[in-house]
Order: sequence, then C-alpha cells, then structure tokens
Amino acid sequence: MAEIRFEEALKKLEKIVGDLEQGNLSLDEALKKYQEGIELSRVCSQRLESAKKKIDVLMKNKKGEFELKPLDKEKLEE
Amino acid sequence: MPNEAKAQHIYTVSEVTQDIKLILENTFAEIWVEGEISGISRIPTGTIFFNLKDNLSLLKCVVFPSYVSALKFELKDGLKAVIFGRISVYEKQGSYQLYAQKIEPRGIGSLQLALEQLKTKLEKEGLFSPQRKRAIPYLPSCIGIVTSLQGAAIRDILKVLDRRFKDIRVIINPARVQGEGAKEEIAQAILDLNRLNEEKSFAEKIEVMIVGRGGGSIEDLWAFNEEAVARAIYNSKIPVVSAVGHERDWTVADLVADLRAATPSVAAELVAPKKEDLQARLEELKSGINQAFLDFAQGLWDSLDEMAHRLTLRNPVQVLQQYLDKAGDLVKQINLRMSHLIKLRESEFLKSAQNLSSLSPLNILSRGYSITFKTPEGIIVKDAKSLKNGDTIKTRLHKGEIISQVTEVN
Repeated sequence: MAEIRFEEALKKLEKIVGDLEQGNLSLDEALKKYQEGIELSRVCSQRLESAKKKIDVLMKNKKGEFELKPLDKEKLEE
Repeated sequence: MPNEAKAQHIYTVSEVTQDIKLILENTFAEIWVEGEISGISRIPTGTIFFNLKDNLSLLKCVVFPSYVSALKFELKDGLKAVIFGRISVYEKQGSYQLYAQKIEPRGIGSLQLALEQLKTKLEKEGLFSPQRKRAIPYLPSCIGIVTSLQGAAIRDILKVLDRRFKDIRVIINPARVQGEGAKEEIAQAILDLNRLNEEKSFAEKIEVMIVGRGGGSIEDLWAFNEEAVARAIYNSKIPVVSAVGHERDWTVADLVADLRAATPSVAAELVAPKKEDLQARLEELKSGINQAFLDFAQGLWDSLDEMAHRLTLRNPVQVLQQYLDKAGDLVKQINLRMSHLIKLRESEFLKSAQNLSSLSPLNILSRGYSITFKTPEGIIVKDAKSLKNGDTIKTRLHKGEIISQVTEVN
C-alpha cells in the first residue's frame, strides 16, 4: 500500500465507493472493500498532509557527488 | 555482338526510366541543395519551374502550388537559396528534377535551416512521436526544475507552486539557459536529476521535471533548439514539461517534451494540483465510503428482517396456534348455537304441552259433557244396548259422580 501513487489511490478509492454503492456484494466482499477504502483514504490523507515544504538546490561537490542544499530565496530576488 | 544482347535482359525505355526513377527517389528522398536560382517560369496552375545552378552544374527544380503557398518570400533570379525536396524523374522528358518542398534564402535563415534539418532528423528518429509522451503525475511527490537561478522563470514557478500546493517538495538543478555552454549544462542537469532519482526511495522520487526559461529573443532561446537538450529530454526517465517562455513557435525541446507549457508559470500549474481541491475530493470520498457502507449494512439488515418475518409466518408452532385459535372459535360458535336451539325447543315443547292438556277428556267434562261407566266393571258405556234394566251405572261429571239404576233402555 505504501508504493502507490496518489492518483492511483484516489482512483481505487473512487471505484470502491462506486462498488459499495452498487450494493450487490457479499458481506465479506463489502467488508474487505470497506477496509481497503479506509486504508486508501488514510494513505491519500497522509500524502496530502505529510508533505514538508522543502526546496533544495542540487549541487556537486569536488568529488562529483550530489549534495542537496536548501534554496536561498534571498538570492532569487536579486 | 547480337548474341550477347539476347543473353541479357533488354529494357524498354519505360522500364529503364522507371528503374532510374526508383533509384533516384530512394537515394534523394529528402535532401537539401544549395545554389543560385535562375530561369524562373510559372504556369497558370501555379506551379513554378526554375534552375538551380552553381559554377559547374544545373539542377531543374519544380515547386507545386501547395508548396508555393508556403513560401514566405518571393523567388527571384540570382537569389542564393537552400532547397529541400526530393529528386525524381519526369518520364516524358527523361529528365530528373528536384521537387522542392521548402526554400530558404541562403545566409539569412541559416539558423533556421539548421533547425529544420534537426527537426527532420529527430522526427524521423521518433523523438516527437505522440506515442512516446508520458502522462504527467497528478500529485508528484517531488518536482524537479532545470533552469537558471538568475532568471524570472524560477521565481514564477515557485510562486505558482506556493499558491497551489504550498508544501510540495522541489529540487532545483541550476543550469545556464543561454549563451556559451547553456545546452551542455541543461542536458547535464536533466541527466543528473535522473541519476539522483535512482538513489531515492519510492516516496521521494522526482516524478516530473520542468525544463525551461523565461521569454527572450529567438537567439536567447536557442539552447532549447539544440540536439543535446532534445536528446537529454528524450532520454530522461522522469517525464519532462517544457517551459520555454514564448508562445508562438515551438522549440525542439517543446516538441520532444512529454508536455509543453507556454510559460514557466503554466508549467507549474500543470504539475501541481490545487491542494484544496484534492482535500475536498478526498473528504467527499471518505464520507462517500462510510455512507455507502452504512447503506450496504442497512440493506443487509432490511433483508434479514424481511426473511425473519417470512420465517415466522411458516413457524409450525405459530401455525398450530392458528389452528387452535380457529378450533376455539368454532367451539364457541357451536355452544352459542346449541343454547339457542335448546331454548327454541323448550318453548316449542311448552306450547305443545298446552295443546295436549286441552285435549284431555276431563277438560271436555268441564264444558258440561259427562262419561258413564257400567259398574262394577268400569266399562265406558257408548251404546245403550249394552245395558239392561236394573244395571248400576256411574256418571262422571266435571265435578263429582252420580250412581244410578237403569230403569229403561231404548
């Protein structure tokens, strides 16, 4: 469940709601779908809320290794 | 020798012309030819004929009306030009000629010419193919940006991102976007973001990148028309949104990119959804799934209720009780009817008894009649002849009796 893209999770969730609304499921199926749906909505919420604002600038050090440094916004306004 | 001619294939003129035509068409399907224009003539249908020369040779050229209308300048004798087209054969004349599709004036449009050549080449290789274009993710976990930190583009992009999805993750890989070395830096920056991505976990991957710069002159934007940049975009595993700030002509980068945005601001809008929209949609779905499940459960309860009800109707105890109730009712009814009947019979009996008493002989006596018995036998006398003089008779009256002696019988 962790390796799912936001839009895939959202699409799956939409389908589950649709399936449940149709109503021709067995209780077992409905429960399973409900649980899956709740899990998906949890994942989506997490994706929306857990994002931490971070703007980095990619640089290379002398050895040619990647280094991420926070963007100095002041510089942009110059 | 005539015998040799027999052994070999003998072409007709048409056959050999056809073969020549095929060879020429295959070899010179798309070529650029440089020379000086001369001997221009037009025919009423709009087709233009002319010769293209240099100091040693002459090439006949034809421009059909559909290509004539695309010419941005007028053809004149003496003009040096570069012509794009194919070489084919005009069979009736047995002459080969260049069927021109594009004509560029030499010198003025050399940059443009190079661009056309590159476009043709890349197009042929499939770099612009619509089938290759990848979908841009709806909510990228991380956005890559390749542009200059000094330009207006980066400010515009960050401003829009901030407005739409405040806390989205961004990695900028700075590159010069004009002048010497720009094309190499842009290409390298695109490659480096891809390499960086290989080290990243799924949740942290750069899922889309914006490559571009703000508006400028065609020369300023030229790096985005370079093959190195085009190939870097083509080879990028991360989908690329091009954002070269000019709305009119498309650069080669625009043609190769998975998505083209007219400006850096538009590119930012294309890669970042509005956070509030997503939140609203998610809330809607959350309550939707709860409601849907509740409805589903309610549906189950309802059908359970109904089945329980139908089952009760068929419960044997219940059925027996119903029969008992019915039997009880019947007994009550029978009792009621019986008592009516008995009362009826009683009153009928009383009436009959009264009738009976009025018929008793003693009753007749009360009306003045009497009965006579012969004594001592006690036989009722119905005929006078049964008696003789001297017999004793007893007469019964309504009240009392008389004993008499017969004195005469008639």
